[in-house]
Amino acid sequence: MTQPIETQEREAGPPVPADGTPPSSAKRDSFLGNLRRLWHNLRAAIFRTGKPTSDRARAQKVFGNFLLHVHSTRVHRHSLRFTTTLGLGIAALASFILATVTGVLLMIYYTPSTELAYQSVKDIHYVVPTGRFIRNLHRWSAHIMVIAVILHAVRVFLTASYKKPREFNWLIGLGLLVVTLGLSFTGYLLPWDQLAYWAATIGSNIASSPRELTDALGITSWFDPGGFFRQLLLGADEVGQSALTRFYLLHIMVLPLLLCWLIGVHFWRIRKDGGLARPSDEQLRAEGKLPPAEENNNGNGATFPRGPLKTYGLMAVVRGRTPVVGRGPENTVPAWPRAFRAEMAVGMIVVAVCLVLAFFSDAPLKEQANSLVPENPAKAPWYFLGIQELVSYSAFMGGVFLPGLVVLGLALIPFLDREKEPGGVWFSGARGRREFLASLAFGTVVVVLLEVITIRFGWLRSWFPEIPQLWIILVNPGTVLAVLFAGWSQLTLRRTGSTRMAAIALFTTILVGFVILTYVATVHRGPNWDFYWSKSQWPVH
Amino acid sequence: MSDTPEEPQERRDFLARAAFWTTAGALGFAALGVARMPKPGVLPGQSAAVKIGPPGEYPVSAEPVRVPGQNLFVLHDADGFAAVAAVCTHLGCIVSVSPDGFECPCHGSRFARDGHVVRGPAPSPLVWFELSLAPDGQIVVDTKKPVPVGTKFQLS
Repeated sequence: MTQPIETQEREAGPPVPADGTPPSSAKRDSFLGNLRRLWHNLRAAIFRTGKPTSDRARAQKVFGNFLLHVHSTRVHRHSLRFTTTLGLGIAALASFILATVTGVLLMIYYTPSTELAYQSVKDIHYVVPTGRFIRNLHRWSAHIMVIAVILHAVRVFLTASYKKPREFNWLIGLGLLVVTLGLSFTGYLLPWDQLAYWAATIGSNIASSPRELTDALGITSWFDPGGFFRQLLLGADEVGQSALTRFYLLHIMVLPLLLCWLIGVHFWRIRKDGGLARPSDEQLRAEGKLPPAEENNNGNGATFPRGPLKTYGLMAVVRGRTPVVGRGPENTVPAWPRAFRAEMAVGMIVVAVCLVLAFFSDAPLKEQANSLVPENPAKAPWYFLGIQELVSYSAFMGGVFLPGLVVLGLALIPFLDREKEPGGVWFSGARGRREFLASLAFGTVVVVLLEVITIRFGWLRSWFPEIPQLWIILVNPGTVLAVLFAGWSQLTLRRTGSTRMAAIALFTTILVGFVILTYVATVHRGPNWDFYWSKSQWPVH
Repeated sequence: MSDTPEEPQERRDFLARAAFWTTAGALGFAALGVARMPKPGVLPGQSAAVKIGPPGEYPVSAEPVRVPGQNLFVLHDADGFAAVAAVCTHLGCIVSVSPDGFECPCHGSRFARDGHVVRGPAPSPLVWFELSLAPDGQIVVDTKKPVPVGTKFQLS
């Protein structure tokens, strides 16, 4: 491998050189002189060189700095286009950082005990200086994080950025999505108000809902995964102190650590998998998304000056293409400042949005948890309401089997769709856009139709009151949707002969299902989970 | 950085593999042992047997009576007493009395007077519990001992 050997690496630094050469030798070792130079010497000790003044020095800085070196020193022009990423990954990271900072602040006052939790949250809300604002920020940054992570996954899928060699990073990303939802769910219980208590009760009962199936099959007495999950989550038979302790531990320790580790691997793999997915330079140039070839090398002279700054020695002979020498990688720009500026901008927008939302909208706090009176309707946070709508047909299918199937399906996508494609193009082109729109229409019609049938006419049990439970588990609106979506995807595969198009069909219909079910459950479900056009029609009780 | 594959050194390779799998096995078993910990050995919570007052507090009535402070309903008719859980078998919300039975606020399950599912996602009827009379004259409901739907108890 050919390795550059560094020689003569002095950039024009600050007035005082890095080695702190004193102005006069008389003062060289005097105590006062050292004291006066303390600031400069400290800075030199930390940063070694001063503020970099050339692209080359900035690249060196990015390369050598612990916090910055997760970036490559140069970024492809295509990666910096807003439409490549929409900034969603960085938005998720920014909201996570904001949630972490505000979360640590909330921990100053929050007490994880069933007797004090509610009072301490009330204190934070009404008594602690800026407490309400910090709590609002924590809540809004968590919401924004969930939205950003979901949209980021949608972006990565639609631009085919999961394909080889990025399959593993797609799996890591899926893990991040699951952990993010876990963080939100565990945080939901902590205020110990009615909303929290009943959401946790429903959630833990969903965890134990495999019992629905084992009961229907009559094998619960010797095979009871549902009861096992529930005990693991709650540490008891009911939501109580042990559940609060466990949720708190998960929320502030286990899941954040896991998330940080996964984020680290995620970012590392972006670098190691060759940066963001993008089409070939020729294709980009043909579409006018890159400057023509001749112009492109402008500026590279300054960035990569020819001269005796580096000498190259032959270390070994390896297979592969000859490394480019004396010329910058084509169509890239320095990460500092271009990529950093873009990331800072996205981060600032996220923080600004959270600040505005937190200022105008308070986080809810209902009455203290009461195990005798359920909240009516008892709604989970909005991103689980799609699942809650499915759960209202069958707890096991809607709460465990179908979500599990979706996660498994998402994980398998890059391994079932092996069509070679560089990625980085939305919908993989015009054909994909057509399939996307067709699937959007199909999904909408099917989901709305099933919702209308269920709401107007009920389901199997309304028609055949004596029907065995197993039938309801197997045949309910949720499973019907799953079969229809799978069939639609198969049809697309037959019609187009492309696994990518089939993947688009499946992903899009599931996405539509998620969005519509979430919408119906959020807006149109009222007391007793009945359908209402608006909240103003809810019966007073 | 040589492209020629290393020559196999059988004894050394075997020892390295043995060392690796021993370490992996030890860590694996340790992890299994630790995984036993989060599953509680004793479940905290209130006693499963609940005293709900003397039978005289629950006169014969067509309507189920909610036991104060408990998620239980008492039915008392000519056949005797029965205690029915107020906990929905779907996802654990508390049902309330409706004109013709019980209804669950969370996902709209409806139950008949005897606890059978009439509508909605609930997979099984509301649970009936065993009743007995304590020496002090109070009814004891054992929430760990379900009985078949329709079992009435003569308490006097």
